Amino acid sequence: MSTDIFQAMAQSVIDGEKEEAARLARQAVTDGIDPLVAIDQGFVAGMRYVGEQYTLGEMFLPDLVLAAEAMKAAIAELEPEMARRGTARQVLGTVVIGTVEGDIHDIGKTLVGTLLSANGFKVYDLGVNVPLQTFLDKALEVNADIIGLSTLLTTTMINQRKFVQALEAAGVRSRFKVLVGGAPVTRSWAAEIGADGYSEDASGAVQAAIQLMQGG
Amino acid sequence: MSRPSFELISTEQVARILDEAFALLAHTGVRVSLPEARALLASGGAAVDENAEVVRLPEALIRAGLQSAPHSFTLYNLLGEARLTYGDDQVHFDPGSAAVNVLDADSGRQRPAQSADLLRIIQVAEGLPQFAAQSTAVVCADIPVPIGDLYRLYLVLLHSAKPVITGAFTAEGGQRMLRFLAGVCGGAQALRERPVAVFDVCPTPPLVYSAFAAQSLIDLARAGVPAEIVSMPLAGSAGPVTLLGSVVQHAAECLAGIALHQCAAPGAPIVWGGAPAIFDMRHGTTPMGAVETAMMDAAYAQVGRSLGLPTHTYLAASDAKLVDAQAGLESGISAVLAALAGVSMVSGAGMLDFLNCHSAEKLVVDAEAVRAALRLREGMHELTPTLGLEFFVGIDFRADFLKQKVTRQLFRAEQSLPSAVIDRGSVRAWEESGRLDTWARARLRVEELVAAYTPPDLPPAQAQELRERMAAEQKAVSA
Repeated sequence: MSTDIFQAMAQSVIDGEKEEAARLARQAVTDGIDPLVAIDQGFVAGMRYVGEQYTLGEMFLPDLVLAAEAMKAAIAELEPEMARRGTARQVLGTVVIGTVEGDIHDIGKTLVGTLLSANGFKVYDLGVNVPLQTFLDKALEVNADIIGLSTLLTTTMINQRKFVQALEAAGVRSRFKVLVGGAPVTRSWAAEIGADGYSEDASGAVQAAIQLMQGG
Repeated sequence: MSRPSFELISTEQVARILDEAFALLAHTGVRVSLPEARALLASGGAAVDENAEVVRLPEALIRAGLQSAPHSFTLYNLLGEARLTYGDDQVHFDPGSAAVNVLDADSGRQRPAQSADLLRIIQVAEGLPQFAAQSTAVVCADIPVPIGDLYRLYLVLLHSAKPVITGAFTAEGGQRMLRFLAGVCGGAQALRERPVAVFDVCPTPPLVYSAFAAQSLIDLARAGVPAEIVSMPLAGSAGPVTLLGSVVQHAAECLAGIALHQCAAPGAPIVWGGAPAIFDMRHGTTPMGAVETAMMDAAYAQVGRSLGLPTHTYLAASDAKLVDAQAGLESGISAVLAALAGVSMVSGAGMLDFLNCHSAEKLVVDAEAVRAALRLREGMHELTPTLGLEFFVGIDFRADFLKQKVTRQLFRAEQSLPSAVIDRGSVRAWEESGRLDTWARARLRVEELVAAYTPPDLPPAQAQELRERMAAEQKAVSA
């Protein structure tokens, strides 16, 4: 019985059906299934499959994004039950992410946030045109592990450097890992400004974040 | 003689696109993040939700803008010479603009663009008649950001006798550039009468005009300097996944921009332009060389033409990382489509890697694609009273057409001559000249054009004026 529902959960994520994923999550609660088990054996299995198929070129970004949305919907349904049981999903890390001040490009940053959360990170997406102080305030508030700064414009790239400097000035540089991204951002730029990681694309950003959490 | 043209969509589809765009603007509206712009539109009859910054535009307001927007305008150079007309069924090309990197010809790698790279691209484009205009082709990493937009414009003005397609980085930068242009063109009125530059203004997809974009439209309209709306729905991410759906969004963004621009100054010149792309669902990139990108461009250009407006698009660019076969085929195919679609100004030549990278070597290769595209658009000339009969008088079954005077007279009108970038010699000649491939020939051609470059014949006082004004702006910013 349980195997069937876990398979259905995985399938709902693979199909990107968030209503179905949410329904199955509610059913799991009704059936007394431990939410953590539902997540790990059901929804995460689906997400892992979608990730593998994406890497193989058999699935595409819309599959990935809809799968992540379904996963999110399921977890939202399970959270009250986890709280009631006094358990929490083990997150890989907490990430504060946003597009820097002066830049309103949304797509890349949102995709990274979506994939991070689907891969087990707790993500706080601050949106676009985010003042540097807001990044810092939020990171301190939620005790973030990683702060992700996106920029598509060369004119606003400089804000990534300023942010690293601001962390140093505030004496909190060692508390956070800084991940930078965006079309003009290169490995050498990341190194030059003293960022901890960088990625060319959204799936690479997930790998970079995982590495940072493993101390790599 | 009929010009060959390419109409991708039907007249009915053009009408439906416009109907849906009008409906979108009337019901969903457009977000305009500048109070003055919202007030201007409100005074024209738009319904404004100040809290949400959303403006809903009645069709009559937009129609009034379309009525007052000019169908064509002429661009000049600093010497006051008329150089090209936007509209009037003309097709022109210019190098792509605002690349962050250049492809270093020696290392074959991308590196941040410097002002010396911009100068090189200007010099190469100056010697290529295929490019009717220059562009502020790269963002110069060695120039302080606050004056980066102005400095690029300054470099082009100083080194070229062609008009410029440019843009600002900020609203303040745009105002600084307009002041500068008025200063070096003999005053605001002279600039209005003989504009030397077109400014790109980019709405944010979907359906948003940032304070910067809205301010730019207002400032350009009031200065009478042509504005070019560069609407860029990304089909499947920042725009509907269907190509026609994204063309509807494009139309709505352009119509809203025109409404605001014409409210600010009726009759000011404006261009129905854009740089849409499909969204690559495997890589999350925005391929400029995709055929579907070119299809959206051709379709929206058809919509713009149906309104009688001058048009612009971003084609003749490639997503390849080198000047290779992919670069050639993507740029060549899209240059031909743009020319046949009758786009007034086609930007993008010289560009690689999703418009991130410029290459002077690619520019000279693309110039050959542009030459071919423009020749194709001329169509089949009728140069003689009979199409063929008269050539056969006295031929007597001999292949002696080379001896006919008419051959010498007319071959130049019929055949567009390629540069040495295109190899049409024998294999032996090719072997003997070192077995050069396109890239190697392009490098030689760039060197040749740079060596042959001659600066514009600016009166010394005007050149001095340019330098002094630039120095003053630099000083003002660093102070």
